Amino acid sequence: MTPLVEDLVITSVKIGVLFGLLLGLFSFMTWAERRLLALMQFRLGPNRTGPFGLLQPVADGIKLFFKEEFIPERAHTFLFLAAPVIAIVTAFTAVAVVPYGPTLELFGRKVPLQIASLDVGLLFVFAMTSLGVYGVVLAGYAAQNHYSLLGGMRLSAQMFSYELSLGMSWVGVIMLAQSLQIADIVDAQANGFWHWNVVLQPLGALTYFIAATAEVSRTPFDFAEAEQELVAGFHTEYSSMRFALLQMAEYVNIITVGVLAVNLFLGGWHFPLPGVAASPLWFVLKVGCVLFVIIWLRGTLPRFRYDQLMALGWKVLLPLVTLNIIVTAALVALGVL
Amino acid sequence: MEAILFYGLAALAVVAAIAVVAQPNPVTSALALIVTLCCLSGIFGLLGSPFIAALQIVVYAGAIMVLFLFVLMLLNVEPERSPSGPRLALVAGALAATLAAQVGWVLLQTDRGTGVAGFHVRTRQMAMILFSPEGRFLYAFEMVGVLILAALVGAIVLSREDLP
Repeated sequence: MTPLVEDLVITSVKIGVLFGLLLGLFSFMTWAERRLLALMQFRLGPNRTGPFGLLQPVADGIKLFFKEEFIPERAHTFLFLAAPVIAIVTAFTAVAVVPYGPTLELFGRKVPLQIASLDVGLLFVFAMTSLGVYGVVLAGYAAQNHYSLLGGMRLSAQMFSYELSLGMSWVGVIMLAQSLQIADIVDAQANGFWHWNVVLQPLGALTYFIAATAEVSRTPFDFAEAEQELVAGFHTEYSSMRFALLQMAEYVNIITVGVLAVNLFLGGWHFPLPGVAASPLWFVLKVGCVLFVIIWLRGTLPRFRYDQLMALGWKVLLPLVTLNIIVTAALVALGVL
Repeated sequence: MEAILFYGLAALAVVAAIAVVAQPNPVTSALALIVTLCCLSGIFGLLGSPFIAALQIVVYAGAIMVLFLFVLMLLNVEPERSPSGPRLALVAGALAATLAAQVGWVLLQTDRGTGVAGFHVRTRQMAMILFSPEGRFLYAFEMVGVLILAALVGAIVLSREDLP
């Protein structure tokens, strides 16, 4: 095989594997979330379908397949159909540049566990997540339903309030690693947890986590959905597989946020103590912990009020990330970090 | 391969740009503009500048257009109905023809032998050019930042009635 064909084969295999993994993780997460939330609220959760209810996502999937696809009469048909597609495509594209393990030696070739290694890695993820907003905003607009529209509008306001803080919370990490490539940022955190960015950049890590939770609009920032006030917010009018696509996009985005948190702040695939070889296993364990925390938040925190959301975004988070950048820049310039 | 991608993206950009002005619903116009911006970003990527490509999407398609959409949805702008009168169409047509003639003239004058393809700027080099203390651009770059800040403060002062 020529090198070009080999590369194509390797990349296709990687894409296939990652796609499958994400789909599996998505269905597992819907189950895990329901079980964990039930546990936190002294309920049982879905426990009838298969052992521990593990087959519940399969049952849900089959049910969604056979539901009626409904398009409201007054809806903007093209946008209504396009919105879930935009959401899912951007969600999956963002994952393409995120590495999930060290470079492996397979059959005498170096295979990086990452689909595409872009020079602008982190910026590409940012670009894709910022485009992903349109999926949700358009879903809200296209249905021509007042609840949907309110959900979509709230989300767009929330997004441009928190996107800025999200992007700026990465700047400290980028300064420390001197690279925009996520693999470089992970490798700068090798040799023990005291090199991790969560230790070196505590403020950056905290602001990232808050802004990212807002960016994927999870509780306490789930204004777009807000089932107590807006029926189901932006996806009120969606049914069947289009609803499933929107859900899937949401969960893939959550997984991306968790994976980025691990890569940028928690040392990626490196073990907390020096001397233990880096492995995708550590990476998976860390991602599991972060995803658990995100679910835990939903079981614990009530939703913010809208003015609190805006105040937190502009008056607390933004000054904090700016402070973080200034302090980090000063420390880097002085040679302390 | 690059040529196919370029012509595809360029054609899509032009079609979407026409859609921005041609069709009546403002939200669809905004969407078409986003498509145009994404195509431009792809062309920047083809020209070997991934940094500009990413910025194009983050800043324009991602941030500014979300703001546009938010305002459109907030005001619930109705689709335009009445086409403007024939006299206006005449003026607009004349202006468009002038512009097309200018663009055509420039295109004819341009030496198309020298392309920028294969000119690859890595993000790090770009940062070096922009921010190195002995570089020519550091001062200008910082001044642009100050200018934008001044514009921002000005906009706030203008829109607040309780300020003197």
